[in-house]
Amino acid sequence: MSTANTLEPNVASHVAMGSTRFPLQPSVLFELGSRGLCGASLPASDVPRLRREDVVPAELLADQPPPLPEIGELDVVRHYKRLSHRCFSVDENFYPLGSCTMKYNPRVNERVAGLEGFAHLHPYQDEGDVQGMLELLFRLRSDLAEIAGLPEVTLQPAAGAHGEMTALMVINAYHRSRGEHRTVVLAPDSAHGTNPASCTSCGATHVSVRSKEDGRVDMDDLRAKVDANTAALMITNPNTVGVFDEQIADIAKVIHAAGAQLYLDGANMNAILGITRPGDFGVDCMHFNTHKTFSTPHGGGGPGAGPVAVAEHLRPFLPVPQVIQRKDGTFGWCDDRPASIGKVRSFYGQIGVLVRAYTYIRSLGHDGLRDVAQKAVLASNYVAAKLKHRYSMPFPPPYAHEFIMVPRFDNSGVTEHDVAKRLIDHGIHPPTMSWPIHHCLMIEPTETESIHTLNHFVDAMLSIADEIEQNPDVVRTAPHTAPVKRLDEVGATRKPYVRWKPAD
Amino acid sequence: MNVPTDRKYSESHEWFTEGDGVVTLGITQFAADELTDVTYIELPTVGKKVTAGDAIGEVESVKATAEVTTAVGGEIIEVNATLADQPELVNDDAFVKGWMVKIHPDSSEPLTKLMDAGQYVAFVERAG
Repeated sequence: MSTANTLEPNVASHVAMGSTRFPLQPSVLFELGSRGLCGASLPASDVPRLRREDVVPAELLADQPPPLPEIGELDVVRHYKRLSHRCFSVDENFYPLGSCTMKYNPRVNERVAGLEGFAHLHPYQDEGDVQGMLELLFRLRSDLAEIAGLPEVTLQPAAGAHGEMTALMVINAYHRSRGEHRTVVLAPDSAHGTNPASCTSCGATHVSVRSKEDGRVDMDDLRAKVDANTAALMITNPNTVGVFDEQIADIAKVIHAAGAQLYLDGANMNAILGITRPGDFGVDCMHFNTHKTFSTPHGGGGPGAGPVAVAEHLRPFLPVPQVIQRKDGTFGWCDDRPASIGKVRSFYGQIGVLVRAYTYIRSLGHDGLRDVAQKAVLASNYVAAKLKHRYSMPFPPPYAHEFIMVPRFDNSGVTEHDVAKRLIDHGIHPPTMSWPIHHCLMIEPTETESIHTLNHFVDAMLSIADEIEQNPDVVRTAPHTAPVKRLDEVGATRKPYVRWKPAD
Repeated sequence: MNVPTDRKYSESHEWFTEGDGVVTLGITQFAADELTDVTYIELPTVGKKVTAGDAIGEVESVKATAEVTTAVGGEIIEVNATLADQPELVNDDAFVKGWMVKIHPDSSEPLTKLMDAGQYVAFVERAG
């Protein structure tokens, strides 16, 4: 084992993570406080007391009151403050989590979403009272259509995978309207796991299309698998190995010749914003991940938004209601779409998230969005070029906004899992790993990181490469500076401990 | 690499043995090692009819989820129920105690197209 000095990289700004200021095992609220301690003093009640037996049926009464903790305000504040110090967020540290686009969420988004006229609305309010919000949604609809190069957009889906499902339902309705029943959905073997899951949710069978060694679709395998039963091909472009598939127009031709639809998983739109448009390269429908591409907060399961853009022939099947502008210039909801698949979300979607996406799009504008894509691609290729001598690059450059690399483990016993854990000691969030190819790390720096941060990451990765050769134990036992060390992930999955119980 | 010579191997890392008109299927030790500690295994129900090339089950570890694909079609006649409580058997002993399903095959002809132990070892080494 090494000395403390080599265990802790020189990252003074990040030592707070492992600081002894905080007890190593934080208590749960129920273990804090003591009987009679109270956060607020209330005046004596002037409401006549009733016996609970007189107002609540006997079978609904508990034997004893719930064991709620009795805690003073200060202890509650400290409890949550301590927990908050253990959070890891892009506001504090670099977060190169490939495929997830953990870009900075500009503060102006929050400011706009917090405006009273947006934040304090109720979905049952009259249209006349919420014209500002309706106009924003209508404009967002138009902006997303422009970015997609497709004529119409629904804002209803509440997440990317929900957008996939909505789009597959729309495609299904389209085929049925032509008297066809197509049951197979193709996706390249590099697809996100949500693609086959969405197929299955929609009752379709998923068939995988092989990729070539350079990460692009194997056109021969695609041609062999497309037939009159193919409903759609779901493709991510640039794909999950970080390369743009220039065959996309030919892929569209093969798909369309069979009467099938081309669906784009918009997860990687960050690389092509304002540079190319899915509608222009043959896509019939797509979803956006507003939380990735348009900087709405994510992590921890939401809330998200997954607007879906479609070509003209799919328009009749989109969900209702749709936000529209009427002839008199006012905005409102329209249900008049007889062939619609119906509603896919209560009310009108994740409106608060959509306000943030609109703010992002409008604050950057046309040129700004293209700049986002160019800088994201530049950052990714810069980092890849700096690391290619010490890490294996399974796919040739140029890369899109993210790339894949494989550490050179040799016989060190180190795994990609260990490398990811070691990055925590450098104050860097572990990247996506082990997918879509074995033992890889997927790095997505995003456009919002300075050259200083990118270099810090490069230095960290180079020092870990040295450690794999010279001191593999320090990598295999990382992290050394985090509040908790290696977790028993296997035990947690095989025998999950999902509910706190009192000690006695 | 521990690869028994009494069976056939697929490119998706399943092994198949055949005897008395029954085909037994599991995943290879290499696949189990790559997945790391297995935490959950989903297997088909007994009596289910399957087609060659079907995904008949799923293996989950803390690292990844992988489908189990059958190279033969037929009827599932038995599944290894022990794996529900002891998925770690797949890591500890992929080729014996970690067996997954027994199939009454429509035809065992597809097995002739699979790799033998030597070819499988070469395949794994080539794939790197």
